Amino acid sequence: MKLALGPLLYFWPRQRVLDFYRAAVGWPVDIVYLGEVVCAKRRALRLDDWLTLADELAVAGKQVVLSSLALLEAESDQRGLQRLVDNGRHPVEANDWAAVYRLGGRSPFVAGPHLNVYNGETLSLLAEQGATRWVLPVELSRETLAALQAERPAGMQTEVFAFGRLPLAFSARCFTARVRGLPKDACGFCCGDYPDGLLAESQDGAPFLVFNGIQTQSASTCNLLGAVSELAAAGVDVLRLSPQAEHMAEVVAAFRTALDGGHGEPAALAGLTAGAPSNGYWYGGAGKAWRAGDGRAPA
Amino acid sequence: MNGVELVCPAGSLPALRAAVDNGADAVYLGFRDGTNARNFPGLNFDQRGAREGIRYAHERGAKVLLALNTYPQPQTWSRWTRAVDQAAELGVDALILADAGLMRYAARTHPGLRLHLSVQGSATSAEAIAFYREQFGIQRVVLPRVLSAQQVRRVVAQTDVEVEVFAFGSLCVMVEGRCYLSSYVTGESPNTCGACSPARAVQWSEGAAGREVRLNGVLIDVFGAHEPAGYPVLCKGRFRVEGRLGYAMEEPTSLSVLDILPELLEMGVSAIKVEGRQRSPAYVAQVTRVLRQALDACHADPAGFAPREEWVAALQRVAEGHTHTLGALERQWQ
Repeated sequence: MKLALGPLLYFWPRQRVLDFYRAAVGWPVDIVYLGEVVCAKRRALRLDDWLTLADELAVAGKQVVLSSLALLEAESDQRGLQRLVDNGRHPVEANDWAAVYRLGGRSPFVAGPHLNVYNGETLSLLAEQGATRWVLPVELSRETLAALQAERPAGMQTEVFAFGRLPLAFSARCFTARVRGLPKDACGFCCGDYPDGLLAESQDGAPFLVFNGIQTQSASTCNLLGAVSELAAAGVDVLRLSPQAEHMAEVVAAFRTALDGGHGEPAALAGLTAGAPSNGYWYGGAGKAWRAGDGRAPA
Repeated sequence: MNGVELVCPAGSLPALRAAVDNGADAVYLGFRDGTNARNFPGLNFDQRGAREGIRYAHERGAKVLLALNTYPQPQTWSRWTRAVDQAAELGVDALILADAGLMRYAARTHPGLRLHLSVQGSATSAEAIAFYREQFGIQRVVLPRVLSAQQVRRVVAQTDVEVEVFAFGSLCVMVEGRCYLSSYVTGESPNTCGACSPARAVQWSEGAAGREVRLNGVLIDVFGAHEPAGYPVLCKGRFRVEGRLGYAMEEPTSLSVLDILPELLEMGVSAIKVEGRQRSPAYVAQVTRVLRQALDACHADPAGFAPREEWVAALQRVAEGHTHTLGALERQWQ
């Protein structure tokens, strides 16, 4: 199995982003996804900046994929998508069917986690369009993955979201701006104040969700380190690690060690994650649930 | 079709009759299982009910649209394809589908069957719509409730597919088809099971601060003695962010486009939809009657159109939270 660094979902200052990816050059990841998936208004880095980073990472031996926006609203979003598709150097991850429409039959692409690939018929449709890799929707279980693997078209690679706060929803509304009492059109890029998202707790003080602009994520951090042997046995090709603000190098190292040894202990990530661990989706239950180890009873 | 079509919900045969009798141009319904996004206990149609409903609607000149708008997984794929076949056999006027794979099955197996892309298909741009048009020949798209009025106008102008927008009912805050909040908490989502915040996961209890309501253990809200206790749809709960307690995502409220009906007509929207297959026949009758009158008034004199006080009052009475919003159609909401 290969390791992929998923697209950075948060809005970090430009220098922090550059530093993050320059560090990632030395990390044992095989694939790096770059670009803005969440909010088109975030422009600390323009496409040219992402392409410069992409070239640096490619020279260092990483496969680079440029991720497209998940929610297209304004006309400028469509122009941005066209520029991404026309970049001429790196494949694109399609996170909306508009991107599939632009890419279909023209260049190989990755079918991203927001396309809702729930069955083999959709997978084969995407293969016909030119998808060479697909990402399992985060809410699907190991059973569904196994069934999808059995129907997988030839040459199609499978990627699973294995680490990070789960991307759960998108909205027209910016929840970060709403919390701060700001209109979306004058948001002041306040999402930049929360490098791992803005925590929302239930009234009994339990961490529940985090707001990341128009995106809602889980407060818990998905952690499939304990399932790496199962993921390998299921024929998964790539594990996606979603960036968090701190300790990402250690997280990558822990997954690399687990992949090389054929077995991972989730405890290796203790103290290194933004939220409490979860893996419930993988086992077919509520996403927030946590099982301590492979097939063992819930903790 | 003359003018804009009024599409109303039918969660049961009495609701279907209420919609047709009060002026719906079309009703939409689902089978009694997880193949549609309102898979609630006691709701929806078996084969016999569907046949009876279709007969009732067709005899009175109304169309019947069948929603198969959840995402089938391989283990149960055949249940969805069977539902497509049954719908074709029953003679529905269109299928409302979300899943691209199921759309392909329907287009190949029943090439004459009219296809609508469900709101759960999350298509917000002319390009996404063009994909489904070119691949499967869809004739209508239901837009997610995330676009501003100006953006809806642009989509309508850029596609030759008919555009349907939500006119009234519970407001989905998230992009439909891309919200996993419900499965994160309960294991069941609109995409997988046709259920959001499912009733089987709701737990009520009395706490020190009032009536507590949980979804599978997650505290969604606490209602004081004088507060009406609403259903715990999890995006409309009260949560604490940076020390402040409130409706972090959205208040309990309903969408209503009454105020901008002339604008929607003028921009070329083909159909307006009422949400609420889970609501009572009385609700369906009330909302259908008001929107029928409003649409007719708007068609007759768009320039002079103004929502009548009795319409607004009637809709307010049945609205969630007894209040309404234009939602994302109005930029300030976003």
